[in-house]
Amino acid sequence: MNAVLLIRTLASVVRGATPLVFAGIGETITEKAGVINLSLDGTILLSAMTAFAVAYTTDSVILGFLAAMAVGALMALIVAFGSITLRQDQVAIGFVLTLLGAELSSFLGNPFVRLKGPSVPHLPIPYLADVPVIGPIFFNHNLVVYLGYALIILSWLYIFKTQPGLKLQGIGERPEAAFARGSNVNLMRYVYTAVGGALVGFAGASYSLSIKLGWSHRHTAGNGWIALAIVIFGGWHPLRVAFGAYLFGGLKSLGSIFQRVAPGIPSQFFNGAPFALMIVALLLVSSGWLDRLLIRLPTRVRRVIHDSLLGAPPGGLGRVFVKE
Amino acid sequence: MKIELRDIKKYFGPVRANDGITLTVEPGTIHGLLGENGAGKTTLMKVLTGFISADGGEIRVDGKPVHFTSPAESIRYGIGMLHQDPLDFPPLKVLDNLLLAFDNRLIPNRRGARRVLKELSQRFHFSLDPDARVNTLTVGERQQLEILRLLALGAEVIILDEPTTGISAPQKVLLFATLRRLAKEEGKSVIFVSHKLEEVEELCDRVTVLRRGKVTGHLEVPFRADQLVQLMFGQSLPKSERPPVTLGEPVLELQDVTVQTYRLTVPHVSLTVRAGEVIGLAGLEGSGQRLMLQACVGLQKPSSGRVLLGGQDFTRRSYRDFLAAGVAYLPAGRIEEGLIRGLTLTEHYVLAQRDHQPFFIDWAAATNGIQKKINEFNIRGRPDTPVEALSGGNQQRALLSLLPPALKLLALEHPTRGLDIESAMWVWEQLLARRRSGTAILFISADLDELLERSDRIVVFSGGVMAPPHRRGPHLGRGTGVFDRGREAGSVMCDA
Ligand SMILES: Nc1ncnc2c1ncn2[C@@H]1O[C@H](COP(=O)(O)OP(=O)(O)OP(=O)(O)O)[C@@H](O)[C@H]1O
Ligand SMILES: [Mg+2]
Repeated sequence: MNAVLLIRTLASVVRGATPLVFAGIGETITEKAGVINLSLDGTILLSAMTAFAVAYTTDSVILGFLAAMAVGALMALIVAFGSITLRQDQVAIGFVLTLLGAELSSFLGNPFVRLKGPSVPHLPIPYLADVPVIGPIFFNHNLVVYLGYALIILSWLYIFKTQPGLKLQGIGERPEAAFARGSNVNLMRYVYTAVGGALVGFAGASYSLSIKLGWSHRHTAGNGWIALAIVIFGGWHPLRVAFGAYLFGGLKSLGSIFQRVAPGIPSQFFNGAPFALMIVALLLVSSGWLDRLLIRLPTRVRRVIHDSLLGAPPGGLGRVFVKE
Repeated sequence: MKIELRDIKKYFGPVRANDGITLTVEPGTIHGLLGENGAGKTTLMKVLTGFISADGGEIRVDGKPVHFTSPAESIRYGIGMLHQDPLDFPPLKVLDNLLLAFDNRLIPNRRGARRVLKELSQRFHFSLDPDARVNTLTVGERQQLEILRLLALGAEVIILDEPTTGISAPQKVLLFATLRRLAKEEGKSVIFVSHKLEEVEELCDRVTVLRRGKVTGHLEVPFRADQLVQLMFGQSLPKSERPPVTLGEPVLELQDVTVQTYRLTVPHVSLTVRAGEVIGLAGLEGSGQRLMLQACVGLQKPSSGRVLLGGQDFTRRSYRDFLAAGVAYLPAGRIEEGLIRGLTLTEHYVLAQRDHQPFFIDWAAATNGIQKKINEFNIRGRPDTPVEALSGGNQQRALLSLLPPALKLLALEHPTRGLDIESAMWVWEQLLARRRSGTAILFISADLDELLERSDRIVVFSGGVMAPPHRRGPHLGRGTGVFDRGREAGSVMCDA
């Protein structure tokens, strides 16, 4: 494969993974607060449809994005209300919303199927886009992709370097202890669930208005589940979640390249391969095999590697907090 | 600061956890709160710190009535509490745990927190690594961190709920010194919750005894032990006896066993356990005794060496095989590992039956079976009580009641942790009775008295290394320094 093609492929990986970055980090924030929003697949479908419908009707991409974020936040608030206030099972609510979102998107989106609508304009960053190799891969896209970069860095800074971020970790890790230190656990959980949901909604909009233009039935189906898997793969750490999103994108385009090289193999194989590879990767990091390898390393190195490879779910994930 | 509790009432359904409790804590004193398991001590302290709201009564701070709706509010008045199980954030770093106590900043003041941590640590001779993750600390160190947090927040009244349960002897000495200093030199009030007489006698200026939600007495130093026991249990306790047992055939043999995990390696252990023998595993927490115990029951696979059970090689056999061969294991985390949250006593009874069971459960028989156990083991609960609603002592009773009758080897972690003397004595009676039918007992404990009193032999661990076992005898006293290998473990025995 020649260099130009390689660069073009990598650029498409970066662009294609952007919605997963938004959805993955959104869900990471929600889960860091201790709430599981399992409705991602339905939320992304519904918000993608909403974004396109609104943008098409008003001819404003920005309004499309805002509407999608509102839909995402609304779906998330239903999860929050059901689990925090009504104390129902988060997983069950998430599943129901997944199905509901998918059906609603098909039903409401029917008039908008296969229309040509507005999209986010291409925007190479001056100077940066001209840097050899790096420029075309990272800086020759549209604003949505760049916002993705910003989100990765900002979410990492927020969660690990600020006081509110520390509190966010606290309420998800051990809500009782956070309460004892003065956090309003349930209010904060509402807020972060909504914020996470809005980011998932943004992910939906970025499909229909930027990465996979337009709307059709089940336009983005499956990507919500991938985002959920990536959160686990990324160990609830925004940088690793982003890495997971790009890795998944990379594996997928690798699949399509191989498909061209070996057309005899059924395409389903290549569509399924990234999932299998992610599972293998997960097994590798989470099995005792890694531990046995680490024993042989000096303590310091061991601690760093252990910390950076193994992510544990927040201790209070999925657990309702009730004051006695 | 002076704290007055007046006629505090708190009911959980039919349970009167606090039934009109009145007590006063004077500034600059260490006030003991003594009571058997389930007496209502924790409940009372949670009411005082706003963790739970009372059903009746009044709290006064320096004469003024207050009403706390959350612990954050009570700490603003200078009342802070250390919980039975440290209420911190295990996967986070020490420094972040401390920072989480503070508010109102966007960017946390890490440098400031580091300085506060260092100053306070020096003042109380604690050594805490600010960058260590809390889940790598011992319970004692986590308590130290909590104490520092409360002091950093300006606490004037510090409540400690059974702080000595999970810590080592040297840590206990340090803790007591710290508490005395807080009260005597810094004029703070300390409320020390416990069910251990010796600790209260050693530390407290005054003591209030609770029993079944009511105050049974207020005493001042010097206390009389028999009087405290009388107030706690409503009766005096008989001395526990140690029936002599002749040891039988070897039950378990470890031959040069090495166990490895990511954190710790326990190298080359050889040990023979004979039928009817009781062996105590001592040492600071995390020194390898737990790994070893788990290797004895097939929960850890040794990386080299052999494990023989009744003369047969069981080295790489599964836990199931060990169970089938008459081995049982009671882990320290009763509710996490030993019992199943959400299931009732009857359901546990059904699950515990090891022999062949019919496909459909005979609930009537199961209810009968567990009711017999409940009577026999004096469990305060009903067949349909979910296990998490039992108090710690009753959970332990339930676990013991579910063990199969004939066992070759019984491995226990902290069999009486958190239990009051009466329950602890009762537990050991049950265990020692099993020796007569040839059961060998291996147990881990952090309680020196328990180790000395109950074991035939003691094995000391230190940083993964096992010292050769010591026979029970007159030389196995305190401070004799017979534990020459493993300096830390030696000091455990000497400092107590
Ligand atoms: N959340 C709760 N729901 C129902 N019952 C409770 C609850 N908390 C405590 N109880 C009951 O209230 C009584 C007092 O419990 P508490 O925890 O205050 O006892 P304690 O004196 O601290 O005992 P221990 O020494 O075992 O810690 C017990 O009978 C307990 O079962
Ligand atoms: Mg208690």
